[in-house]
Amino acid sequence: MTQGLDVSSLFMEMVKASATVDIVQKKLVYLYMVTYAGHKPDLALLAINTLRKDCADPNPMVRGLALRNMCNLRMPGITEYIQQPILSGLRDKASYVRRVAVLGCAKMHSLQPNTEIDPSVVNELYALLRDPDPVVMVNCLRALEEILRDEGGVVINKPIAHHLLNRLKDLDSWAQSEVLRLLLRYCPRSDDELFDILSLLDGFLSSAHAPVMAATLRLFLHLAAAHPAVQADALSRARGPLLAVCGSASRELRFAGLSHVQQVLRSQPAQYCSHYKRFFCSYSEPGYIRLRKMEILVELVNDENVVLILEELKSYCTDVSTDLAQAAIAAIGRIGRTYTEKCLDILTGLLALKQEHITSAVVQTFRDLVWFCPQSTGPVCKAVEGCDETPQDDEGKQALLWLLGAHGELISSAPYLLEGFIDGLKVEISSAVKMELLTSTLKLFLSRPAETQDMLGRLLHYCIEDEADMNVRDRAGLYYRLLQSGPDRTRQILLGPNSDPSMTVLTGRPEEPVSVWASSFNTLGSLCGTGAGPENLPAEDSAHQVHAAEEAELGFGPAEQNLNTEPEEPLSDAAAAELDLTAGPPISHEAFERLWLDLQVVHQQVLEVRRPPEPPETLQAAFLLVKIQTLAFSRADAALWKAYVYSRAGGTLLLAELLQGAPEEPESEGMLLVSIKQQPENQSAVRNFISVLKRVLQTLSSNTS
Amino acid sequence: MISQVFILSSKGDHLIYKDYRGEADKDAVSIFYEMVTALSGDQPPVVMSHKDLNFIHVRQGGLYWVASTKTDASPFTIIEFLNRLAALTKDYCGSLCEKSVRMNFALIYELLDEMVDYGYIQTTSTDILKNFIQTEAVTSKPFSLFDLSNVGLFGAETQQSKVAPSAAATRPIMSHRSEQGGKNEIFVDVVERISVVIGSNGVLMKADVEGEIRVKCYLPTCSEMRIGLNEEFSIGKSQLRGYGMAVRVDECSFHQAVKLDEFDTYRILKVCPSQGEQTLMQYQLSDELPCAPPFRLFPTVEKDYGNRLLIFLKLRCDLPPKSTALNVSVTVPVPKSSLSLSQELSSPDQTADLQLKNKAILWSIPRFPGGAQLSALFKVEVPGLSSASLLEVGPVSMSFELPKHTCTGLQIRFLRLSPTHPGLSQRWVRYVTHSDSYTIRI
Repeated sequence: MTQGLDVSSLFMEMVKASATVDIVQKKLVYLYMVTYAGHKPDLALLAINTLRKDCADPNPMVRGLALRNMCNLRMPGITEYIQQPILSGLRDKASYVRRVAVLGCAKMHSLQPNTEIDPSVVNELYALLRDPDPVVMVNCLRALEEILRDEGGVVINKPIAHHLLNRLKDLDSWAQSEVLRLLLRYCPRSDDELFDILSLLDGFLSSAHAPVMAATLRLFLHLAAAHPAVQADALSRARGPLLAVCGSASRELRFAGLSHVQQVLRSQPAQYCSHYKRFFCSYSEPGYIRLRKMEILVELVNDENVVLILEELKSYCTDVSTDLAQAAIAAIGRIGRTYTEKCLDILTGLLALKQEHITSAVVQTFRDLVWFCPQSTGPVCKAVEGCDETPQDDEGKQALLWLLGAHGELISSAPYLLEGFIDGLKVEISSAVKMELLTSTLKLFLSRPAETQDMLGRLLHYCIEDEADMNVRDRAGLYYRLLQSGPDRTRQILLGPNSDPSMTVLTGRPEEPVSVWASSFNTLGSLCGTGAGPENLPAEDSAHQVHAAEEAELGFGPAEQNLNTEPEEPLSDAAAAELDLTAGPPISHEAFERLWLDLQVVHQQVLEVRRPPEPPETLQAAFLLVKIQTLAFSRADAALWKAYVYSRAGGTLLLAELLQGAPEEPESEGMLLVSIKQQPENQSAVRNFISVLKRVLQTLSSNTS
Repeated sequence: MISQVFILSSKGDHLIYKDYRGEADKDAVSIFYEMVTALSGDQPPVVMSHKDLNFIHVRQGGLYWVASTKTDASPFTIIEFLNRLAALTKDYCGSLCEKSVRMNFALIYELLDEMVDYGYIQTTSTDILKNFIQTEAVTSKPFSLFDLSNVGLFGAETQQSKVAPSAAATRPIMSHRSEQGGKNEIFVDVVERISVVIGSNGVLMKADVEGEIRVKCYLPTCSEMRIGLNEEFSIGKSQLRGYGMAVRVDECSFHQAVKLDEFDTYRILKVCPSQGEQTLMQYQLSDELPCAPPFRLFPTVEKDYGNRLLIFLKLRCDLPPKSTALNVSVTVPVPKSSLSLSQELSSPDQTADLQLKNKAILWSIPRFPGGAQLSALFKVEVPGLSSASLLEVGPVSMSFELPKHTCTGLQIRFLRLSPTHPGLSQRWVRYVTHSDSYTIRI
């Protein structure tokens, strides 16, 4: 029966067999009946007589058994038969029968959901909250919760809450965690009452039972929402038990513990830093636990433990499982955003292993690193050059191509690598790789035309003539026409930012307030794959951002919409009129151009500084430090040097043109002329912007002179 | 609250299925099995959801123990409940495997019926449950030569019969027939799990011990038991007692039934054990081991002529000479392209082979006495061997079992039952240390 065979035809025999004295046989017959009553309601009615007789048996065990199974018969019309036994069961001498009867009330209610709630039953259940048997008490809470669901569940007022809190010690751990969960609904009237409750619960925070500990912690976080210091204290006191759960013998419990540690880390990363060794993986653990541990290790890195953590992660990189190895490499990359040099050494060392999956993961990590920290570009390019193994999977290929395109001028072997890809084009299946190949070949052509011209021709020819995929063909056609309009125009459109402009030099995730995650603490959500939290988003997103940025340059992307909505959003809180410059989403060239043409110059001024002689990359990095984003520069040797920059401040968008050697103002020879356009207007923001701009340029000039 | 509980074999056969609330279809079982087998390696399998039904499962004894729920319940509660269900099944049936679950299905249904009503956990305590459980456990005993050797020659008392056989603790707690139940036994086990990372320079980088004191009780009547621990046992860093070998743990928690009124002064735990298995005390120690880690490894890895890699391992066991490590296995990862292995081992009972699936050498040593040193030479054929391939060798991981040894030094001074059953009860105290994870970097 339990193995999925249908044996409902035996029902009649089973009804006869239920009239037995042997309890084991009775139990099995009842199990059978409960399973098949829905199919044969008419026959099941025959059994009710026996069941009702059993409900009056002198043995409380038989009474309870019969009552429970009678309530479990899920068939129409049963309620009229079970009502009487339940009501007498509520007043039974034996607590075992009372337990069953109390839950029977809930079952009865669920069988007839649309009928009126019987107030006498509800009152009786509230009265039974004072029952000496703890399980009866908790069952009453559960039953009331179900019956009164439409009215918001069982009412927890002050007397009930205090009654429950006082009885908490008598309950077993399951009931404790259930009661603690229900107490979330109670809000104390005064601070004094609150602290009384908290001190009563204090002992449960260090309970050896993980469910009780977690439920108590959740209640603490909820009750003390207005007292962050109390929350922090509770979290630090629950640290020991939580760490113990993370090392428990049951893998599943371990996993649940790790997921919750991850939640705590979102607001208190420092708490677990000194315990980082607890999160080292053991080789016998399954993959999903090790992945979680690596995610946690990344969060725990600080100046003291970075060396040891990196060494540990490095040893995971050669794991048999490719998933784990790649995750370890990605983890090193994430640490690399703060501790660039150490990580680059390790990653470069891994390239020497010459294994496909490792190389691919390392190249992807390199791409993300370059995107987030521009200062790592040099070493990365050197490493890529030294690597003679090319990745074989799509993701890895795309990452390598992006690197070659964006920083091709620093990688001397770039054209040869690209040529290899172009030669293998016929066997390439992924269209995403082909698109990336097109873009990076074109980019490389712009920086190193002589070496690339021939292969670009071949590539475009193949893609336009022989390619079956529409997207690739369209992209190739677009680039072809773009090239016809001249290299400068191409450059203007194609070369976007090569690093994430919203990143400053040091990235640290801000600590979130506890309330962000407290509501999901000790719920299933945190354990599901999707609930992993935002910590692994940046890594996955970066690739997406790279593409989004490129799409935006080509005018496909959503950047324009951003632009239109962005300036309006902050207006609501512009009352604060915070005038510091802020970096926002990057603006595409086209959108910039359109805005520039639409708007009037609001301010024009000659800055008393000369153009710094630095290469454009340095200039761009310097501007980024003060949150000014650069759109385009003229070449350094141009007679009329121009730079277009933009920034946001106090709810407005500022666009500026820097000009040197303007013909109409000969007296300002060599000095920079700045013209600012703004949307919407805000004079103080303009003043602020100019002073920042001037400061940067002065600093740069004084450094070099 | 729990909607359904079911137990599946590893092949997906339905062993037990109990529907508590009638909310979800029976299809849920097959949906679950499809989901759990379709998961890729890096997806966390513990909690899965299908439409509005959440599945939470644990794996024990090669079986899936699954609970499904429609509400957002506490994961800790449900996982702990499933673990407890598995533990109770083990207590009642003697062992945990597909066969014992199949044979005792009536008993397990009885358990499930009493433990949970309408999706709410009622009780999981053995003391209460034993009043309601009527079915007797059917045990399946595999035929083993060990049983034969245990029969004394002409009924004479052999040395063997004075030692509790390892199968003694794997029998059901309830036996009404007295042929087995005549033994009133109680086992107190101190089980420690050690996890160690040793750096390539031989420095101990991480050492954690997780320990617990477990009681497995077959006594039918409940009497108070007093367990005395080492008197110099201390918790935390601050309170060190006396001189000499202090036994220290960082953190320590107790079962709620343990009475601690004599713990502070005399280090005595008082408890009335209920039948079945219970964990009385759990403790952790990190970083400062009172003794040296049990194994040290001195590896040499070098390129031989041609495509051959030479790995020379010298393994020393730093246990006291009286102790012995059992079932020691050493796993050495080798380059992915390794083809074949030839080895020189120091004694014939050791084995070593190359596992092509994991790309690792597995060296197993059945017995390793304390203070001894073993060495092994592995020659691995690796086509296209380069100096970078050497990086792929390591880290070495070990697994082992140390009977009669605790790493923290925790000992049980005495074990007293009161009121005493003269001659009736047998008390056993066992110590064992398992390797949770023992990693040595090269």
